[in-house]
Amino acid sequence: MPRGGGWRPGARWAQDAALTKAQVAQQIATLPAHQRPPMRMLGRRSEAVEHPFRAMRPDEGGGAASPTHVGFVAQVARPLVLIERVGQRDTIFAACPVALGLGLVPGMAAAHARALVGDLDVRDAEPEADLAWLDRLALHAVAHWTPTACRAGNDGLLLDVTGATHLFGGEVRFCRRVLAFLARLGFTARIAIARTPGAAHALARYSGQPIVRLQPAEEAQALASLPVAALRLESEALNAAARFGLDRIGDLYSMPRAPLARRLGMKTMTRLDQALGRVAEPIVPVVPVEAPEAIRRLLEPIGTAESIAQVITDLVDDLVAVLVERGLGVRTALLIASRVDGADQRIAIGASRATRDPKRLVRMFALKIERIDPGLGIEAMRLVVPRSEPLGAINTGTLLAVKDEAADLAPAIDQLAGRAGEEAVFRLGLEQSDVPERAVRRVGPLEVPAGWPRWTRPARLLRRPEMLTQVMALLPDHPPRRFTWRGKPYRVVAGDGPERIHGEWWRRSNELWAVRDYFRVEVEDGQRFWLFRRGDGVEPETGDLSWYLHGVFG
Amino acid sequence: MSALSNLLSPDRARVLAELRAQVAGVEGEGRPPNVLPFGIEALDGRLAGGGLDRPAMHEVAAASPTLGDDAAATLFIAGLGARFAGRPGASAVWILTQFDLYAPGLEQSGLGPDRLLYVQARDDVMALALAEDALRDGSFAAVITEVKVADQTATRRLQLAAADRSTPLLLLRRWRRAARDPLDMPSLAATRWRIGCAPSVPLSHPGVGRACWSVDLVRQRGGKPFSLLLEACDDQGRLALPPPARLRAAAAGGAAARAA
Repeated sequence: MPRGGGWRPGARWAQDAALTKAQVAQQIATLPAHQRPPMRMLGRRSEAVEHPFRAMRPDEGGGAASPTHVGFVAQVARPLVLIERVGQRDTIFAACPVALGLGLVPGMAAAHARALVGDLDVRDAEPEADLAWLDRLALHAVAHWTPTACRAGNDGLLLDVTGATHLFGGEVRFCRRVLAFLARLGFTARIAIARTPGAAHALARYSGQPIVRLQPAEEAQALASLPVAALRLESEALNAAARFGLDRIGDLYSMPRAPLARRLGMKTMTRLDQALGRVAEPIVPVVPVEAPEAIRRLLEPIGTAESIAQVITDLVDDLVAVLVERGLGVRTALLIASRVDGADQRIAIGASRATRDPKRLVRMFALKIERIDPGLGIEAMRLVVPRSEPLGAINTGTLLAVKDEAADLAPAIDQLAGRAGEEAVFRLGLEQSDVPERAVRRVGPLEVPAGWPRWTRPARLLRRPEMLTQVMALLPDHPPRRFTWRGKPYRVVAGDGPERIHGEWWRRSNELWAVRDYFRVEVEDGQRFWLFRRGDGVEPETGDLSWYLHGVFG
Repeated sequence: MSALSNLLSPDRARVLAELRAQVAGVEGEGRPPNVLPFGIEALDGRLAGGGLDRPAMHEVAAASPTLGDDAAATLFIAGLGARFAGRPGASAVWILTQFDLYAPGLEQSGLGPDRLLYVQARDDVMALALAEDALRDGSFAAVITEVKVADQTATRRLQLAAADRSTPLLLLRRWRRAARDPLDMPSLAATRWRIGCAPSVPLSHPGVGRACWSVDLVRQRGGKPFSLLLEACDDQGRLALPPPARLRAAAAGGAAARAA
């Protein structure tokens, strides 16, 4: 016997005492047919044996979906299906994982399912309630996660998380947080983050993982192995694809575009391009239903600026009535013009302070009418206020005029910002720094910034200090006698200084010892300059004693 | 009838000024007066209305394309803006295309950060359009615009807008090329100024005295051009006459001593 006591049928050592092949065959022949051992038990592996529990192939009548994890749940949970009425019969609308594991798939007749599984929990589907849930989730997403979110199809949400996930500690944490939130509500969800809505849609539904994060430019690779249905195609296109044997998205990549478009339809190509990021697919965000809104549907399509302005005036009047009723003022208003060809034109205005003055709103929109492209005509216009603030009644005038009343700048600021852009209108205020170029900070146009200390400062500051050459100065604390700037020599007749400004060591390490000595000098023709010398003239580590011109006094 | 014959008399300006004063008195005191005097007799006496008209456009340019003169013109216009926006709560707007102003310096000419709003335009055309918007709105006490190019149509529009809403427009014409004086082209401005740096009055001790400017009034409506030497704006935006030479302190020595 070999070591370990192992015994292997058919081993040569075992054959000596055993029966010969002919004897075995004789013995087997005496057995009844159903008791004869199969070839496999005789140590021969000449034929493949069918696994007794192997699922049938889909085209032989088996279910399309492979059984999902049944495991522990299957033993305790009761299978649940939701049914809907299609024509004259009830069909399964959705099935729980347990039911899916038992072979009940959506689309199956309810009677058939009842026959297959005895202990089946059957309930009516409520698609409207599901959509209402999704809408509520979308609103929650808009309010809590990202401003751009919408419902995707009947079973998903689309969030534009660009620039939003860092508020939750990164994409992974954001996904976990959303999953945990949904789990608390009793939902299971899968999340995919991708560069395009199409790719995210496909990966969330068909990748089978709870969280998928796709790096940019990986779409094609990641989608290649998914079924064509992941592309959100129409059923005709899906049937056509099945007929041509295209079952993976990757199969579409190598096909020439023109024949493919002819067979599967142009929409399919658009969907493919959208998933791969070749065609833009903007997300139309949901607007919280509380937003005040006014809508005008037009009898005839309009296209001229005058008629658009007229409709805007009417819309604003309607909107102001709503706003007055609810005590709100506009901060941001969005005008959506629906064209005949189905495309939407949008222009938005922002107010620096809540307002519901119709003249002001109309004037702000009038600045942007030229951005509306009416195309073949506009058939409906909608005015939505995504951002509003409470605004009480305003005292518009008194009999006793107040003399020193400050004018309200908000309308003027909105007007200027509407033409030049939000960023272009600003005030400058004090930043707590002695370094001249850091002492100024931009603040909003309606803030009241603080002023600067009374040190003499120039009227205009050069963007970067410009180096002076051929400087003649007494060290350590005298202004220069002469210098050359931009190739022109100057002779100094009077000077003030130095005003010593130390580097801010808490910002950069190489400012630890840096010193600038600023001088105000007047040259022969009366120009007055602001110069500085790097270094205090005594300690070499404070600077290299080079001279710069930093600003010009009047 | 007597008023008409008075109008035809030689001292028409004086009569008109009296009539204007009477009308202003009738119109009430709530509105700011329509003329802003400098408070310097040598200047106000030579200006047609005894000061700068509020509902009008005033152009200021640097005397030469050097940065020093440019800064002097900037501060001159900042001082004017500060005095036009002198009422509490009033605010001026500064429209520009390239931002190289230094706000602490402007505050020292009277335009503090709470009284000045900046608007940065993409180009000169947009700057002029913004200026017209700001004028038509009428809630700013002064509109300051710096441009390099403004043709006659643009200046006419701005002048009309300024007159309509009684808001002064201070147009800073910056030098575009060294050889091209920005005040060469005709315009409809009520006054056109050319500001340059002048050597300051020497002090008796080392240091730089209060800055001096050579102020040229190149053109004014209803008056003659003149030129003056003035001391720069103080922190309220007020100009001053330099002291006459006999009252000046003798400089302690040569230029070398002053630079020490």
